[in-house]
Amino acid sequence: MSHTFTLDGKTIPFEDGQTIIQAAIAAGVFIPHLCYHPDFKPHGSCKLCTVKVNGRHTASCTMRAMAGMVVESETAELNAERRALTQMLFVEGNHFCPSCEQSGNCQLQATAYHLGMMSPHYDHFFPNRAVDASHPDVLLDFNRCILCSLCVRASRDVDGKNVFGLSGRGIGTHLIVNAKSGQLADTDFSLSDKAAQVCPVGVILKKRRGFAVPIGERTYDKAPISETANGN
Amino acid sequence: MTYQLETAAHPETLRRVAIDPVSRVEGHGKVTILLDDQNKVHQVRLHIVEFRGFEKFIQGRPYWEVPVMVQRLCGICPVSHHLAAAKALDIIVGAKKLTPAAEKLRRLMHYGQMLQSHALHFFHLCSPDLLFGFDSDVTQRNLVGVAMAHPETAKRGVLLRKFGQEVIRVTAGKRVHGTGAVPGGMNKSLTIAERDELLKDVYHIVQWSRDAVHLIQKVHTQDPGLYNSFGIFRSNFMSIVGHNGDLDFYHGTLRARDDNGKLIFDGVDYQQYDKYIEEEVRPWSYMKFPFFKSLGKELGWYKVGPLARVQNCDQISTPFAEHERKEFVDYAGGTPMHAPLAYHWTRMIEMLHAAEVIKELLHDDDLLSDDLMVEGERRMEGVGVIEAPRGTLFHHYRVDENDLITMANLIVSTTNNNQAMNEAIRHVARRYLHGREVTEGLLNHIEVAIRAFDPCLSCATHALGKMPLEVELVDAEGQVVHSLSRAG
Repeated sequence: MSHTFTLDGKTIPFEDGQTIIQAAIAAGVFIPHLCYHPDFKPHGSCKLCTVKVNGRHTASCTMRAMAGMVVESETAELNAERRALTQMLFVEGNHFCPSCEQSGNCQLQATAYHLGMMSPHYDHFFPNRAVDASHPDVLLDFNRCILCSLCVRASRDVDGKNVFGLSGRGIGTHLIVNAKSGQLADTDFSLSDKAAQVCPVGVILKKRRGFAVPIGERTYDKAPISETANGN
Repeated sequence: MTYQLETAAHPETLRRVAIDPVSRVEGHGKVTILLDDQNKVHQVRLHIVEFRGFEKFIQGRPYWEVPVMVQRLCGICPVSHHLAAAKALDIIVGAKKLTPAAEKLRRLMHYGQMLQSHALHFFHLCSPDLLFGFDSDVTQRNLVGVAMAHPETAKRGVLLRKFGQEVIRVTAGKRVHGTGAVPGGMNKSLTIAERDELLKDVYHIVQWSRDAVHLIQKVHTQDPGLYNSFGIFRSNFMSIVGHNGDLDFYHGTLRARDDNGKLIFDGVDYQQYDKYIEEEVRPWSYMKFPFFKSLGKELGWYKVGPLARVQNCDQISTPFAEHERKEFVDYAGGTPMHAPLAYHWTRMIEMLHAAEVIKELLHDDDLLSDDLMVEGERRMEGVGVIEAPRGTLFHHYRVDENDLITMANLIVSTTNNNQAMNEAIRHVARRYLHGREVTEGLLNHIEVAIRAFDPCLSCATHALGKMPLEVELVDAEGQVVHSLSRAG
């Protein structure tokens, strides 16, 4: 049964069981997000998709749409909060866009542009993170991980392999590879896995093909993230 | 080894004059001069004050990232680092010979860079000295002064550079820090529209480049007393030369000559560069001092760049530039010209050659081909060498079985000229400063000598125009007796 709610004054129809972000995307309205992906269960961790529902903050990827809701998203206040969250993601990891092969295809970078982020603002943590190049086809660059858990969900829920996991707590949370050695080469991970396709940043990379797509033809060279089909 | 005026016997008794930073050059450096009570010069050094560390921090990174990462060494000649790294990594991915399209596209990118960098250096950075005089009114001695006194010259300088930047943009995707070259080839070819846009302008770019050669030739030959002797020193020189000894900026073999023009080595495969060249570290500079192994530290230092290249090659393949090369060689009288200010003349001959090559390439349909990549047997080590605007540039990498960089060694163009630049400024200090009161105009003579080499002192972002400068004379008791300063 179809109902409606309002998003920034626009009427958005939804089906029973849809979340706010699902209904918004179906209606062609962009809500910034990083850990949400339409193929997976919502995780609600990045908080970029936070909206105000009837005046209260909530993650639009986990909140079910309800008839008559009044939802605010594109407000100066919410975008300032999203920008601050994005800046924190940049300083927590080592995100060097100038030499990153995902530049132009990276959701974090595209989101930062969308939100008008001009600088990282906060002091960089410059964490010391390793690169795992042990796998013959895939490179893992943990420097760029934003803990969205999409690879964890894809490997567990679609590939049935449980190659990835999040370990630690709080600020110590980090992505791990489920192998005794901790090395990707010691798992059954494959380039054809769903988990190899979902990283929104530049952690899981096909080896030896970096910069194959010229500037001008990369995903977000063609259109900003707000105008791509669903932001993924 | 101690060179004359490199290290004073008793520096503690001398006063120090510093030019910090040196202005109208790429990157940041300073010159220190130690003088005694009679203003006699006892020590002159060009210092490189920044430490970059690229060779260290690219270790552990995947090799395909390197051409894009290392080009950030420089904002003026990133294409040189981009292509030198790509050439080294071609060896590692087994692409010993690129497709014709990929090689020509890279060559086009590189010659576009050569054009824009040489135009920038001559018109923006040096023409104020050359057109107004080394100790002319400092308020006029800048690009704005040139634009007011010689508007057509300044305009051409800007447009020549712009054209070169456009060549880079269509081949690399961006004017600065693009991604065109990848190990084994290129990631894009030219569209017909991009080619035609460049073709529209290239003919007057060639003509303007000819005019620029004639301008500097006139400036040089009108005052031979100054231009043939200012900062002069004799040295060996080196460059790569192409097929049949042609001037070639993109590819060739190493050739070195002594100060009389006699060959020291020739036809050397640059994969073996470390059998011929060694680098010395001195405690007072972050820049190393390379030398030819066969001659040793004392006699083996050399110069690179336009003055070396134009005199090292046997001929230039394009007609206008070859005509100008012959004019230059005739003027030099059949022996190598060592005057630093002759760098400007040869630099403009090279700019003309770059413009002519770009014109030729734009008529080649290979630029439109999508046959851009090759690969072959994987190797663990590769060396890439290119003639950057400032001289011979070496990139040397080793890669492990997991595709990560384990070793990197870069000898950047300006490093090759380290001893040469120090020699030039010592000569100028002896000739112009010795026993005289230090003035801004006299200090600019030191900078003029450095600028002739077009150094990229840290091979970093470039600084243009009026830069902060403070000069202090400190007596033996540490008291400031005289100071000059200008704000940035």
